[in-house]
Amino acid sequence: MSLSVTTPTDREIVLTRTFIAPGRLVFDAYTKPELLTRWYGARGWKLVGCDIDLREGGRYRFESLGPHGQTMVQTGTVRHIQAPLRLVLTEVFDDQSYSGETLITHEFSEHSGRTTVTTTIRYATPEGRDAVLRYPMARGVGESGDRLVELLSHLMLGDTLLSDTLLSDTLASDPLASDRKALP
Amino acid sequence: MGVLDSTFHALADPTRRAILARLATGEASVTELAAPFQMSQPAVSKHLKVLEKAGLISRGRDAQRRPCRLEARSLRNATVWLADFRLYWEESYQRLDALLDSLRKDDPS
Repeated sequence: MSLSVTTPTDREIVLTRTFIAPGRLVFDAYTKPELLTRWYGARGWKLVGCDIDLREGGRYRFESLGPHGQTMVQTGTVRHIQAPLRLVLTEVFDDQSYSGETLITHEFSEHSGRTTVTTTIRYATPEGRDAVLRYPMARGVGESGDRLVELLSHLMLGDTLLSDTLLSDTLASDPLASDRKALP
Repeated sequence: MGVLDSTFHALADPTRRAILARLATGEASVTELAAPFQMSQPAVSKHLKVLEKAGLISRGRDAQRRPCRLEARSLRNATVWLADFRLYWEESYQRLDALLDSLRKDDPS
């Protein structure tokens, strides 16, 4: 099962991922500090400190350790909690380069032993959203490109709009292919 | 707005994505693009301006027809950011897979 990333509006990033586990276990993994420290963190980052006052209006604080020993702290408030279905949090990073609070909504939906988590990250401004999308590359992470066709067809344009065949035809690994085709 | 910002802005709209999907099959005039969307030509032209500014399409020189064509490279640049973002987080979710697997084994019910 793979992670899908979409940008439905200019202020949002939506992450969708399915796990083979009942909803309440997944919800626990997202809300219990002793579980969060065992998985949460983007590439190279490890959650080393985690406090959550798990009730509406309660505060939380995540402290992460980076690949070069740098520390990153994110804090926020629990806006809404409906176990094991929904969790809404605000988020601000200590060294955040963009303005405003980010609103994070996790929705957990269970179907026959599998749980799909849809995380909507809503930034205060489009600039904040774009800054975060740039973040991985700014850190020098990531090969890329090779999943273009898959991304385009599944994540950005939707399965109904473009068929895989059409895409691989038009936007194949050769970046000049479409230019050549456009020639008379 | 930077180039990337205007690309994401352009891609955020479903009609503009549909226009790009249509152009992936070959170049088309404004009239040809307007037909399937049940939109007026000025409305389509407005979307085309956004797409052109973002570098996602180019317009031909033929003064009458000014055919639009997809600029695949700009689209590629934008999707590379999304691909990177996804790879950046995928490892975390893989750790969660392993954690949930062990939680399930310990789970009494």
